[in-house]
Amino acid sequence: MSARTRPVTTTEGVRPFAFSATALAECRELIARYPEGRSKSALIPILHIAQAENDGWLSVNAMDAVAELLGLRRIEVYEVASFYSMFNLHPVGTYVLDVCRTTPCMLRGSDELIAHLEKKLGIHPGETTKDGMFTLKTVECLGSCGTGPMLQCGARYHEDLTVEKVDRLIDELRARNQRANYTDR
Amino acid sequence: MARKILFEHIDKPGIRGLEGYRAHGGYRSVEKALRTMAPEAVVEEVKKSGLRGRGGAGFPTGMKWSFLAKPEGVPRYLVVNADESEPGTFKDRYLMERIPHLLIEGMVTSSFALGANTAFIYIRGEYFHVARILEQAIGEARAAGWLGRNILGSGFDLDIHVQVGAGAYICGEETALLESLEGKRGNPRLKPPFPAVKGLYQCPTVVNNVETIAAVVPIVNDGGEEYAKVGVGRSTGTKLISAGGNIKRPGVYEIELGLPCDEFINSDEYCGGVDGRAFKAVVPGGSSVPIVPYELFLRTAKGEPRLMSYESLSDGGFVSGTMLGSGGFYAYNDAQCIVRSTWNHARFYHHESCGQCSPCREGTGWLDKVLERLELGEGRAEDIDLLWDIQRKIEGNTICPLGDAAAWPVASAIRHFRDEFEYHVTHREKVKDPRHFAREPFRRTARPQTV
Amino acid sequence: MPKVTIDGITIEVPEGTTILQAARMIGERNKADRYVVPPAMCYYSKLETSGGYCRTCLVKVPKGSDKDPRPMPKPVPSCRTTVMDGMEVANTTDPTLIDARNGVVEMLLINHPLDCPICDQAGECHLQDLSYENGTAASRYEFERRTFEPIDIGDTIKLHMTRCILCYRCVKVAEQITDGRVHGVINRGDAAEISTYIEQAIDNDFSGNMIDVCPVGALTDRTFRFASRVWFTKPMDAHRDCETPGCDGKVVLWLKGDEVLRVTGRKDQWGEVESFICNTCRYDRKDLAAWTVEGPRNVDRHSVISQGHYHLKRTQPLLTAPAPNVPELAKRKDLKDR
Repeated sequence: MSARTRPVTTTEGVRPFAFSATALAECRELIARYPEGRSKSALIPILHIAQAENDGWLSVNAMDAVAELLGLRRIEVYEVASFYSMFNLHPVGTYVLDVCRTTPCMLRGSDELIAHLEKKLGIHPGETTKDGMFTLKTVECLGSCGTGPMLQCGARYHEDLTVEKVDRLIDELRARNQRANYTDR
Repeated sequence: MARKILFEHIDKPGIRGLEGYRAHGGYRSVEKALRTMAPEAVVEEVKKSGLRGRGGAGFPTGMKWSFLAKPEGVPRYLVVNADESEPGTFKDRYLMERIPHLLIEGMVTSSFALGANTAFIYIRGEYFHVARILEQAIGEARAAGWLGRNILGSGFDLDIHVQVGAGAYICGEETALLESLEGKRGNPRLKPPFPAVKGLYQCPTVVNNVETIAAVVPIVNDGGEEYAKVGVGRSTGTKLISAGGNIKRPGVYEIELGLPCDEFINSDEYCGGVDGRAFKAVVPGGSSVPIVPYELFLRTAKGEPRLMSYESLSDGGFVSGTMLGSGGFYAYNDAQCIVRSTWNHARFYHHESCGQCSPCREGTGWLDKVLERLELGEGRAEDIDLLWDIQRKIEGNTICPLGDAAAWPVASAIRHFRDEFEYHVTHREKVKDPRHFAREPFRRTARPQTV
Repeated sequence: MPKVTIDGITIEVPEGTTILQAARMIGERNKADRYVVPPAMCYYSKLETSGGYCRTCLVKVPKGSDKDPRPMPKPVPSCRTTVMDGMEVANTTDPTLIDARNGVVEMLLINHPLDCPICDQAGECHLQDLSYENGTAASRYEFERRTFEPIDIGDTIKLHMTRCILCYRCVKVAEQITDGRVHGVINRGDAAEISTYIEQAIDNDFSGNMIDVCPVGALTDRTFRFASRVWFTKPMDAHRDCETPGCDGKVVLWLKGDEVLRVTGRKDQWGEVESFICNTCRYDRKDLAAWTVEGPRNVDRHSVISQGHYHLKRTQPLLTAPAPNVPELAKRKDLKDR
């Protein structure tokens, strides 16, 4: 495991976090959905928002802000954030490439696709390219088994991938250079 | 063409929007139920239909609904399980992407039957794009009066919220899902109490799969008895099967339960036969169900043609049968290695174990490591029996079914493909090439085992 | 009141009693029947919602109740399963269950470091007892074990995550006994760990109870660290007037000579403290003069601590009487029975 894949559990040298006004309004709307005293239900959706507002990862500062917003103990937020695989607890690249490696995708060639991406980007799963552009992440079944191999980048699924298609995708993303988040519309 | 019930109109233009959906008879079940039926009568129709849970367990839906506790002054909830994470399964996503109002309509009718005034769709976080489609559909439905206060002047109120998860297979287990919906780690609860008594926020809750709730629409429209006429025996109605793996035509198919397996896998209407030299094995219902050799998928141990139904697929128990499961179907051609696939399955469950109870937390990792060793050409003859013993010690001893789900693929692979495991021990150099069977298929030395 | 039969022994218990509690009642009624009590590594009667995780207390239920005599299909956790009238339970009488339990013990041990020779918990470790009774002599696990660096969580507690079996008891203590939980379980699966996530001390009047409830050596008392093997110390019941609200000042002093090496709560025969004590009693009163000593602690366990025979409660009167000669001693029935 490279140093960058370990959770960053310090606030030292990490930028402070504050929700933007639009994000805060969205959070408030989420909280209002749940019955009185059940605002913790909004934790996971709000962590998604916080992650999108914090360059794609959850710093201690970001999680503490979420704890404060929901009136939770900080550890409650750390416990939840570290349970779910979509939350990144360390800095990530502009694009996180979630490549499915589960059996149905494997039957259709995901092992070869991952090997190709490793070679092309010069990194192993869990790592980020030196230019900070791509983080390669292997994930488990994304429900795209008939259209594998596939990868998710932000909210988008890229399916029926071949080496050529993925090469093109990488070039396109690099040229666009704009962070992709799961919450993108 | 086989009969379509859920997907009758799926290819119609504009079916994703409310207008197009209405044009093809959408929301009729809401009109019928709220205007002409008592909630109990809706439950009765669902019972009559014989509908069984489409998420994998196949539990009779009407019975599940009738278990719902109804204490005075306590809210009840309907929670739709759209966490679709079982490897091989992508039918719910297909349904929600293309015909989202079918789910919303099913939820209104079902919530009316259950007396729930708030319903949630818990959808896996990776399906954010699908959640947006659902939110849009909910917005349209609300604006048109199919949701909100006093729907159709019936006095029935309903709000539906979409809740996203964040990447955890275990949240497909209904109590883990409820924990996650409450903003906690997805640790399954100990049962009893069951959600029907203490579910979301400790209130009575029904958790149903997307496809199950969608099926309530035709059941109410045409009556439970009509629905029960489709299918075979206790496998009534239609089932969505998401097909993948080494087949010519991957995709989502609505089949009448009872369709011969041979027809499903080989006809051009469905999977279209093998993509490759020959079929080797089939996982018919998602990665948790036992893998079976192609021959045993086509025919039962008694030599009868096998059908795509709950009963026929499980004919022969785990010795020679498997399960319909969630309908996450994938087939293997003879270039594939069963040991590699079993390792992949084991790694999946290792990755997805919540870590709460010891046999699953520790045992899934152990299976993963032993299988890795075998597949990479470092295994020993004892490893096969060791694997058998580890899976045996996980199965049945855990809090939730994830332990069983991790054990069954390993057990069935050893049961049916032991010779292939042994080959990995006797030909360690050969299997070091990751594509060892792609060049030269494995030649079976034994007939299917019946352990 | 429902009647339940465990390994052929019947007892009537109050409504809502769990199988494990019923088994303990049988064990308390007659010491010879204690074999019916399933081992419990995560359940703790004084902590709400505890239990269900470790799976060591699994039992078979061949008969559900008089009303519904069907057997339960899978083994059930006895700590969280309520007794029904007429229920029949197998704890030691079903070979498949013994096999399942041995399997659970093996799982608990595959990532455990087995560093008992350097672990302060040795001698009073429930995992040691469990593996002695239900384990095998050798492990079949040959892979690298999960490791963590030991860390200090505050001045008084050492966390050896490598030894942890994730029983959640310490989390429940922090949640239910202290006034602000700062640690919990992070990550998932076999990467799950007890942690504060950020570097942080657990500082709280009752935090020391996390050590007492820990069934293994994952949480140990830094003020006692490597001071002595527990079986070389002498446990004595003692009390003081404690001013901390919620602490009754009833403790066990672990002595070496007159030196107080360690203070803990009083553990009963099931390894549970009778009451939770405060950190002042535990750490700040290590002076024999601060305590009223009641007498030797009867450590009613099969552990090596009992080998010291400190549990002979009647040593005091014997010493005040004229020294008896040996034949007289031999006649004394109460001594013969020991």
